[in-house]
Amino acid sequence: MPDDVKEYRWIGKRTIRPDGVDKVTGRAAFGADYAMPDMLVGQMLRSPHAHARILSIDTSKAEAMPEVKAVITAADFPDIPPSEATKGTAPPNFRHLSQNMMARDKVLYEGHAVAAVAATSPAAAKKALSLIAVKYEVLPHVIDVEEAMKPDAPVLHEDMFTGGVEPTPKKPSNVAKRLEFSIGDLEAGFKEADIVIEKRYTTKPVHQGYIEPHAVVAEVSEDGQAKIWASSQGQFMIRQYCAGLLNMNVADIRVTPAEIGGGFGGKTTVWLEPHALLLSRKSGRPVKMTMSRADVFRATGPTSGSAMTCKIGARKDGRITAASLEVKFQAGAFPGSPAGQGCMCAFTPYEIENAKAVGYDVVVNRPKATAYRAPGAPIAAFAVESTLDQVARGLDMDPLELRARNAAREGVRTIYGPMLGVVGYEETLEAARAHPHYAAPLGPNQGRGVASGYWFNVGGETSASVSVTEDGTVMVMSGTPDVGGSRASLVIMAAEVLGVDINSVRAIIADTSSLGFNRHTGGSRVTFAAGMMVTEAAKDVVEQLRGRAAQIWDIDVDAVTWADGVARPAGDNAGKFEPLTLAEIAGKSISTGGPINARKSLNVQAPGPAYATHIVDVEVDRDTGHVQILRYTAVQDAGRAIHPSYVEGQIQGGVVQGIGWALNEEYIYDKDGRLENPGFLDYRIPVASDLPMIDAVVVEVPNPSHPFGVRGVGEVPIVPPMAAIANAIEDAISIRMTDLPMSPPKILAALDEKA
Amino acid sequence: MVQVLLSREIARKFTAGEVRIEIDGENVRGLIRALDERFPGLGEILRTDMAVAIDGQIFQDASLEPIPPGSEVCFLPAIEGG
Repeated sequence: MPDDVKEYRWIGKRTIRPDGVDKVTGRAAFGADYAMPDMLVGQMLRSPHAHARILSIDTSKAEAMPEVKAVITAADFPDIPPSEATKGTAPPNFRHLSQNMMARDKVLYEGHAVAAVAATSPAAAKKALSLIAVKYEVLPHVIDVEEAMKPDAPVLHEDMFTGGVEPTPKKPSNVAKRLEFSIGDLEAGFKEADIVIEKRYTTKPVHQGYIEPHAVVAEVSEDGQAKIWASSQGQFMIRQYCAGLLNMNVADIRVTPAEIGGGFGGKTTVWLEPHALLLSRKSGRPVKMTMSRADVFRATGPTSGSAMTCKIGARKDGRITAASLEVKFQAGAFPGSPAGQGCMCAFTPYEIENAKAVGYDVVVNRPKATAYRAPGAPIAAFAVESTLDQVARGLDMDPLELRARNAAREGVRTIYGPMLGVVGYEETLEAARAHPHYAAPLGPNQGRGVASGYWFNVGGETSASVSVTEDGTVMVMSGTPDVGGSRASLVIMAAEVLGVDINSVRAIIADTSSLGFNRHTGGSRVTFAAGMMVTEAAKDVVEQLRGRAAQIWDIDVDAVTWADGVARPAGDNAGKFEPLTLAEIAGKSISTGGPINARKSLNVQAPGPAYATHIVDVEVDRDTGHVQILRYTAVQDAGRAIHPSYVEGQIQGGVVQGIGWALNEEYIYDKDGRLENPGFLDYRIPVASDLPMIDAVVVEVPNPSHPFGVRGVGEVPIVPPMAAIANAIEDAISIRMTDLPMSPPKILAALDEKA
Repeated sequence: MVQVLLSREIARKFTAGEVRIEIDGENVRGLIRALDERFPGLGEILRTDMAVAIDGQIFQDASLEPIPPGSEVCFLPAIEGG
C-alpha cells in the first residue's frame, strides 16, 4: 500500500456496507417486491420459432375475457422509421430496440415477444395468452456465426448491407459491419519472428446469469404521467428508452430504482418496461410484469458466441514482432455485438509494433447480444492469451516473463490509436510473479496457467448531490444503481472530504425526478465518475461551511480553515474563536443563508484503464474430463481501492463468472433453433462448492484523472480467466483446448483423441 | 496546430490514405469542422458514434473539450461497458 494512503481517514477502510443489513434481513426491495393497489398482472406471448414471418395475430378471444384489461402487439408501438432510429444523448438504435421489444413483421429468435396482456390474475393472463392466435410462416434459421456469414445463409434483415467495406454491397447480408484496426507493417513483423503460432478458437454465447430476473411495476395516470419501479442498471436509461420507444416526453416518466440483484451489463437496456407502460396506459391500472428464468434465458441478451483466428510471432528473446486477430461475433437478432471492443482490447496489454485486428458483427437467430462485463474483451483475450501461452511454450520461456518483456506502459501506442497514459499492467505482472502461488508445487494431472486482460473503463454523464441536514449529518444522492458497492464508496469519499465520521453520512440512489441525468451503471464507471461528482460536491459544501463560519465570526472567509470536520480561524491574526463543528454550523444555517448543499453534474471524462493478471491451478480428472479449480489468484490495478472489500468482491465475482464461461456455460440449441437449457439446472453456472477462495490482490497505480486515483474495477476481472484456465489445462494434460466451454465431454474427447 | 491520427480504414476512404493530419482546432467541434472542410464527408463519420483521445485521454461526447496546441488527437469508436 502506498504511503500516502495512510494519510486518509476513510479512503481504503473496510467500512460497514450501507445496504448490508437490509439485504441480509430480506428487507431490501428488489424489482419484484413492488406492488400497487388495483394492480394487474402483465404477461408476454413469445415466439416458439427461431425465424418466422408473422402472417396474422388475432387477439379477439383474449380481449373478450372479462379478466383481461389490455392486450398489446407491435401495432401499439410507434413504428420508428430509419431516419429517427437515433435521437437524444448516447442513444440506442430505437428502431431496432422497438423491433426487439415486440416483433413487427418477423420473429427473429425463439422468445421474441409478439403480444402481451394485462389481466386480473396470473392464471387469467396465462389463459389469455393461450387464446391469442398467431399464424407464422416458418423460415430457415441460422445461429452459428460462420454459417450466418455464408452467401446462401438465411437473411434476417432484408435492409441490412454490410458496413465498413468499400463499395457497400448491393445484396443484403447478416454481416452488419466489418471493423479494422491496425498499426505498423504486419507482414514485415511476421518475417522478423523466430516463432509464429496461429490457432482458431470458438466461444459460445453465455448469459450474465444475474440471480434476479427482470421485474417492473408501471402506472400511467389519465393525464399521461407515468411512474415506473424497476430493477435495472439505470433508472435514467429506462426513462430515456421508454420515452424514445413510445414517443413520450421524458419529463412525463418518473423511474424509481429498485435494489438490483445482479446485472453485469444485462440490465443496461429495457426488457419489460415499455410493455408495462403500454398495458397500464391502455388499462388505466398499474401493471406488474416479471420474467421467469426461462424468459430471461430465451428473451434477454447473452453475450456473443464467436469464431476467432489469432496469430502471434515473436523473436527468440520473447519480443513480439507481429500479431493479428480476426473475430466474428454473434450480434443476435440485431446489430451491435462488441466485436470492435474485442479488437481494441485484445493486444492492448502489450507493446506490439505491428498488429492488426479485424472484427465482424454478425446477426443470427438468437436474442440480441447485450453487454456483459468488459463487452468483447474476454472473448478476444481467450484467443490472444491462449496463443501467447503457446508462444511462451515454444520459446521455453516463463509465460509471465514473456508478458513482462512485452508489457504495455505509459506512452505505448494502442492498436486503436492513442498512446496509453499512466497504467499499472507491469505492476500486476510483478505482483503475480512475487505471489507465493506462482511458486507453489503442483501434483499429477495438475497444471498452472496465467493470462492478462485490459479494459478501457468509461466515464459519462453523471450528477450527484451532497446535502447537510439541519443536525449536521450528511446526505449523498447519486443517480446510478448500486451494483457493486457504490453507496459505500461514495459515503467514504464524502466523509473524507468533509472530514466527518462515516456514520454521519448516508447515501441513496435517487429517482429520475430528483437529480440530473445519469448514464447507467456500467463500464466500471460509477465509483470513478459518481465519486468524482460527490467529491466535487463535498468540496463545494466545505467552501460553503467555511463561508458560514466566516459569517458567524464576522471575519473574512480566507481566514477560515476546514479540517477534520471543524472550522477554525486560520491563525491568531484571524481572531480567537472556538472551533465550529459541522453540526454547529448546520444548526445556524437558517440565519447564515439557508440550507447547505451542492449539486454537481458533468460528462465525466478520462477514466483510467484497468489491467489484470491472473494465476490459476487446475486438476483434470482423466476419467471424467472434469476440471477442478484448485487455486486462483487475481491481481488487478484498482488505481485506489476506496473500499477494498468491494474491490475484492468485484474481482472475485468477475473471476467466478469467467470460470463458468470457461468450463460449463453455453447456450445449447436444437435443430429448430430452440434453446434446450433455459434454466440453471441445465445451464451450469459455478456454485460455491465448485470454487476455491479467490485470492484477490489489489495493486494501486493511481489514476491521475481522479481526485483519489480511482480506476473502475468491475469489468477487467472477467477478461483473463478463460485463457488462464485453458493454459492451465494444457499445462496439466498437454492438450490445447480451443473451444469454450471446456466441459467434461470435450476434455474427454480430447484425451481420447490424444490417446 | 494539432496532430490528428486517423485509422487506416477512415484514411483510405477520406484522406487518400494519409493517417496523420496536421490541422488547427481549438476544441473537438472546431477540429472536426476543420477536418470536414479539408476532407468533405469526414466530419459526419467523426461525429457519429466516435470517441476522441487527446494526448491519450479518452473523451466521449465531448465536442467542446479544448485541445491544447501540439496535442495528438485520435478518433476511435465509442466505448460501451457492461
